[in-house]
Amino acid sequence: MKILNKKVLGEVQGIKITMLEVAAPDIARKAKAGQFVALMVKETGERIPLTIVDRSDKNGSITLIFQEAGLTTRLLGSLNIGDSLYAIVGPLGHATEIKKYGRIILVGGGVGIAEIYPVAKAFKKAGNNVTTILGTRTKDLLILEKELKETSDILHVVTDDGSYGKKGFTTDVLTDLLKKDRYDLVYAVGPIPMMRRVSDITKGFGVKTVVSLNALMVDATGMCGCCRVTVGGAVKFSCVDGPEFDAGDVDWDELVKRNRIYEDKEKHICKLIQP
Amino acid sequence: MKKEPVKAEELGAQVRSKTFDEVVKGYCESDALKEAARCIQCKNPTCSSGCPVGIDIKTFINKITKNDYKGAYLTIREKSNFPSICGRVCPAEYQCRKACVFTKKGSPFASNEAINIHFLERFAGDYGMSNNLDVATKRDEKLSKMKVAVIGSGPAGLACAGELARHGIQVTIFEGLHKTGGVLRYGIPPFRMPRTILDFEIDSLKKMGVKFIPNYLIGKARTIKELFSDGYAAIFLGLGAGIPSFLGIKGENLCNIYSANEFLTRVNLMSAYKFPEFHTPVNIGKHIIVIGGGNTAMDAARAALRLQKMNDIPADTTILYRRTEVEMPARRLEIEHAREEGVKFQFLVKPEEFLGDDKGFVRKIKCLKCELGEPDSSGRRRPVEIKGSEFESDCDMAVIAVGLKANELLTKVTPELKLDKYGDVIVDKETMLTSIDGVFAGGDIVGGEGTVIEAMGMAKRASRAIVNYLLKR
Repeated sequence: MKILNKKVLGEVQGIKITMLEVAAPDIARKAKAGQFVALMVKETGERIPLTIVDRSDKNGSITLIFQEAGLTTRLLGSLNIGDSLYAIVGPLGHATEIKKYGRIILVGGGVGIAEIYPVAKAFKKAGNNVTTILGTRTKDLLILEKELKETSDILHVVTDDGSYGKKGFTTDVLTDLLKKDRYDLVYAVGPIPMMRRVSDITKGFGVKTVVSLNALMVDATGMCGCCRVTVGGAVKFSCVDGPEFDAGDVDWDELVKRNRIYEDKEKHICKLIQP
Repeated sequence: MKKEPVKAEELGAQVRSKTFDEVVKGYCESDALKEAARCIQCKNPTCSSGCPVGIDIKTFINKITKNDYKGAYLTIREKSNFPSICGRVCPAEYQCRKACVFTKKGSPFASNEAINIHFLERFAGDYGMSNNLDVATKRDEKLSKMKVAVIGSGPAGLACAGELARHGIQVTIFEGLHKTGGVLRYGIPPFRMPRTILDFEIDSLKKMGVKFIPNYLIGKARTIKELFSDGYAAIFLGLGAGIPSFLGIKGENLCNIYSANEFLTRVNLMSAYKFPEFHTPVNIGKHIIVIGGGNTAMDAARAALRLQKMNDIPADTTILYRRTEVEMPARRLEIEHAREEGVKFQFLVKPEEFLGDDKGFVRKIKCLKCELGEPDSSGRRRPVEIKGSEFESDCDMAVIAVGLKANELLTKVTPELKLDKYGDVIVDKETMLTSIDGVFAGGDIVGGEGTVIEAMGMAKRASRAIVNYLLKR
């Protein structure tokens, strides 16, 4: 649970994306693309889920990337090399179904790009043709561009403000690609509005689309039901039934609302405690 | 002249319902002596037949009357591993006390006159704890070279580990959560069982050499097969019933509708009642509805009511139950405590739908009234809906406490493990052996939603079988 390496990958106007390499040999050995861990920074802290971005057998470690948004992620970002987490458990959730689909588009928005990376590697290794679309608000928040360039056949980068790559949204590029060519799978991770838009777009083209949801969790092992989402009319637990689901089946309205349950309390605690 | 039962001292309802401090203070020595003296020491006692592990109740009570508290403690320990825990959480009014000769024939639960066996057990247990009493170990040379893995640190896992360690076996307990104790930690609130009791029992196991590995999910980080190749000679599964059931009605995913597991985990395990000192939040409504009639419903309602009072919200917490009070599976003591503290009850009511606002938060609950019909397979009279009796109530927070299903994390990835239609692990009733050689199981993963003492009883049977299994190797 010791932090072996730390790097700030992107920073702009108080928004910070940080990478931590954490010693967790037993999790590292089993982790597959698409899976996550639940962790606690300290004993009085929250349990939060974070995707396993990379793993190393040599270091017995896993890599986590997160945007410092709320109290817990800011506390996590305040840790330094040599510090230890209070708790980490995993690998949790289903792994991404990796097989040869053919032509795949990966869409990563914001810090969701971190979650695209292990999936891109696995899809590529399975012999797929991988086109990756990365989108961020601005250049300084773009992460893992080099890594994803290596694991993708084609890489598109867009920024909201046009400070890097093409100006625009990932969904604009996605629409263009789908208009021109036939693809077998779209896999998207990012802010809910982006994933929802991706889902709306791909529906029109009849392309299978998978998203990885970021529902709120407590134990993250199926015991509480905090992360329940409605998918295809049935109630699912993101932690054990997901985190990936068919995008077209997700009740996005409900997810958006449920992710705001503690908005007031989050604001309150962020004002009270400065890491 | 018939002597009156001795009441255990309790914190006053007004004081206690603003804290998570333990409600029942238990017996002092003179209380225990007085209550023990009420036991008529039946020639053929019936009480023990009501105890799932068959504690020799007559003998331990007799020892209390002779001031032999150590003897009383050791008598209980012959059958039960954690008397201080069971003395607090056992549903005695359905078990030993119901079987007491003082209980009126045909009564659905113990009569008031029945000996307060649980309070006496607790007295003896706490005596043993504060005097660091322990039962003799039977260290065996061959066994002390062997390793056993226990999966899950709830009542079954702890009891099994304790029994095995007593033979000198090297026991490692793997726990998925960051804290050990299972449902004793995340489920049962501190006002019913203070954490000091649980911590003491866990520390005692550690002193006996039991190794605890928290944050470790067998089935995810390691498989059963791999545990065997790691050198564990046998494995005990105390996985528990960890998956919450929901009602399956409209609006159930609205914000501020919690499973009892989520609500209690936030409050008990994550200490959300100390927010913001502890960072895990829990929302507290003005009109809280708890659905269910078991102990978990009582625990949730009493915790919710406390949070209202601690946050200066006028207390308004109501338990909805489909049947009537008599059919409630909860402990009578807990129902009484809940009522004293101000929890309201609505019987013969069936939730139909939750209604929310535009932000997705629950605002109302729609229910139907019921009446009791013919008895169902459980022997309890079935609730029958009354047509056209719909009504709505204010509800800005709800807790669903209608049961739990088997934990699937390990069983799903272990196809060799035979399960029944409920997802529970199938075992041999005598040995608790599963369909995999060397793998035993006990507790809620075997019996569904049982009690702490039942889990311990199964664990004890399993530990005996594990010892025999290891000796034959």
